[in-house]
Amino acid sequence: MKKQFLLTLSLLALPALALDEPRFSAGWGFDQRSGPALYAAICAGCHMPDGRGARGAAAYPALAGNARLAATPYLLRMILKGGKAMPAFAGVLDDGQVGAVAGEVLRRFGPPGANPIGKDEVAALRAAIQQEQRSQAP
Amino acid sequence: MVRHATIPPQPTRRAWLQQLGRVAGSGAVYAALTQLGLAQASPARADFGLGRAPKGARVLVLGAGLAGLVSAYELHRAGYQVQLLEYQARPGGRCWTLRGGDRYTELGGASQHCEFAPGEYFNPGPWRIPYHHHGVLGYCKRLGVALQPFIQVNHNAYVHGQQAFGGKPQRWRELQADFQGQVSELLAKVVQQHQLDETLSSEDQARLLEALRSHGALDAQGRYRAGEIAAERRGFGPQPGGGVSAAPPHDQPLGLHDVLASGLAGRLDLGSGFEYQMPLFQPVGGMDAIARALAKAVGPRIRYRARVTEIQQDERGVTAQYEDLARPGAQLSVSADWCICTLPLAVLSQVEMRISPALRAAIDAVSYFAAVKVGLQFGRRFWEEDEGIYGGISSTDLAIRTIGYPSHHFHARKGVLLGAYAFGANAYEFSALAPAERVREALRLGAQIHPQYPAEFEHGMAVAWHRHPATLGCFAWWTQAARERHYAQLLRMDGRLMLAGEHASLLPAWQEGAVLSAQHAVTALHAKASA
Repeated sequence: MKKQFLLTLSLLALPALALDEPRFSAGWGFDQRSGPALYAAICAGCHMPDGRGARGAAAYPALAGNARLAATPYLLRMILKGGKAMPAFAGVLDDGQVGAVAGEVLRRFGPPGANPIGKDEVAALRAAIQQEQRSQAP
Repeated sequence: MVRHATIPPQPTRRAWLQQLGRVAGSGAVYAALTQLGLAQASPARADFGLGRAPKGARVLVLGAGLAGLVSAYELHRAGYQVQLLEYQARPGGRCWTLRGGDRYTELGGASQHCEFAPGEYFNPGPWRIPYHHHGVLGYCKRLGVALQPFIQVNHNAYVHGQQAFGGKPQRWRELQADFQGQVSELLAKVVQQHQLDETLSSEDQARLLEALRSHGALDAQGRYRAGEIAAERRGFGPQPGGGVSAAPPHDQPLGLHDVLASGLAGRLDLGSGFEYQMPLFQPVGGMDAIARALAKAVGPRIRYRARVTEIQQDERGVTAQYEDLARPGAQLSVSADWCICTLPLAVLSQVEMRISPALRAAIDAVSYFAAVKVGLQFGRRFWEEDEGIYGGISSTDLAIRTIGYPSHHFHARKGVLLGAYAFGANAYEFSALAPAERVREALRLGAQIHPQYPAEFEHGMAVAWHRHPATLGCFAWWTQAARERHYAQLLRMDGRLMLAGEHASLLPAWQEGAVLSAQHAVTALHAKASA
C-alpha cells in the first residue's frame, strides 16, 4: 500500500516522463519515443516545461495559448524544418517521434479535441519539405 | 558503442569546409576563403587598420561581443564617432568568464550565484585559441592581454566508453600507442608478405618498413610487443626510477582486436584537427580578458542594458530604437550615418528592420547550435594529485562528452573542471533541465570516470546556450544548403547597414570568425563611407 502510494506520488512529481525513457540519448539523434519524454528532452529547453516560452533579447514563443497550434501542418513543419531561432529536427527525429512530440504539444497546449498525428502524415510532409528544398537549391 | 564513433569529439565549423572540399576540391575552399578576404588574412593582418574616417562620420554598432568591440575599436581608431548598444550589463557577449560573486539568470528565470573560490573561474563560451587565429591573437598582442598555453592533448588523460573495457577509462597514451603500434605491425606484415609488391617498389617497401618501426614502436622483426620499445610509448606499469628495485616488467599492450572492439580507436583525434593542433592558448585569468581590454580601448561609448527593437534606415542615415532595461518600457532611439549590426541571427530574426528581402531571408535561414557547459569546483585537485593529469581533456560517450582540466594554477588547493561540454541531442536534454539538475547530472556521470567527484565537489555553474538571454543559442549552425543560398547575401552591405559576427564568417563558433568578420565589415563600411 505504502509502495503504491509512493509510486503514485513519484508519477505525480514527474508527469512528463515515462519511466522507461532515457534522460540522455546515445548519439546525435534522440532516443526517447513517447510524446511526454520528447517534450521534456527537447521543447522544454526553450519553450519551458510549462510551455510559457521566455523573453530576453528576443523571445521563444509561448506554446500555451498559441493560436498557431490550431494548424497541425504548421506545427509539424516547424518541428521538421525549423525557422528563425527554431532549429530543424528532421535529421534527429523519425516520423513516429515527430508525430509523438507534436501530439504532446497539441494535447497540452492545442485546441481541445485535437486528433493524434499519424506517422504517414509526418512522412508526407517530410517528403514535401525535401521536395521544396531541392527545388530551391541554387 | 559503434554508433558513438560517428560523433565528432568537438562541434567544429570544419564540417562545412570539408564538405565543400569533398564536393568541389580544396581549390574551392581556398577560393571561398579568398573571396571573403579570409585566406590571406593571417599574418598580414597583424597591422590591420582603416584609413582616416570622413570628417564627422558617425557609426552605430549594435552588440558589444567580440565582433562589435573589434568593429568599434577599429572605427574609433580611424576617427569615426562610434556608439555601441549592448543588451547585457557587461561587454564580451559569448567571450565570457564566470567567477565567484557573479550572478547569471537564464531564460525562464532560473538564477545561479557563482561561489567559485577567489582566482578560480570557468569560461562557459570559447575557452581556447588556436595558434593560427591571428586576428584574436593580434588584438591580444596589441592590447597586452597575457596568454598562457591551453593544453588540448594530454597523453595521460582518459578516453572513456561505457561499453569499452568494462567502463574503465583508458589512458589516451596507452590506447594511442597500442592502436598505432598494432596498425603499424599489420601494415608491416602486409609488406613482408609481399602483398604490396605491385603498389610499391622494393626501395619504398624497405623505407616504409623502417618508418613503421619508428611510427609504431615496432621491434627489429616488425612486431609490436611488450618490452622496452613499446613501453617508451605506452608507458611503464611501475615507473622505472632510482633505487635498487628490479627493472619493472613491461605491461602487455592491447591487441588490435581489443582496441577495435572497444570502439575507442576513432576517438583518438582530439588534437588532429587544424583548430585543435598544439599549441593553443588561453588568456590568463579568463577568456573575458580579451573583451575587457577591447572595451577599455573603446572607452565610454558602450550603452549597456539596451534591448534593440527596431532598425530603420534611409538614404541619410540609420536609426535604432531600443528599450532601456534599467527603465522598462522606456523606448529610446539613436541615429548615425552607418550601422554595424552584430546581434546574433536568432535575435535579429525578431528585430524589425528596414532591409532587403534577400538579407531578411538570410537572417531567418540560420538556427543556432545547441551546447551546454558545466563548470565544477572541487576542493582538491584529485586529477593532478591522484591521477597525474595536468590540463588537457578526457573524452567520453556519456552525455557530458568532455571533461576539461584546468591548464593553469597547477598544484593549487582547489580547481574548476569543465565537467560537461554537451552538444547535439545531449545539449537539448541538458538545456531542458534546471541548472542545479544539470550540475547533479554532470556529477553523477563524471563520477564514472573520476570516483573522487562526490567526496570533493564544492560548487557548480551550468550554462545552456539556448537559455542564454542575449544569444538564444551557441553559434550559427549553417547547413550547406543555407550557406550556398544565403551566405553571400549576409555579407553584403544593405544600404547603410553591415552585419558582422561569427555567424557572418566561415569560422562559426570561433572568436576568430567574429574578429575577421568585424574587420571585413568595417573595411566595407569604410570604403563606402569614403567614396
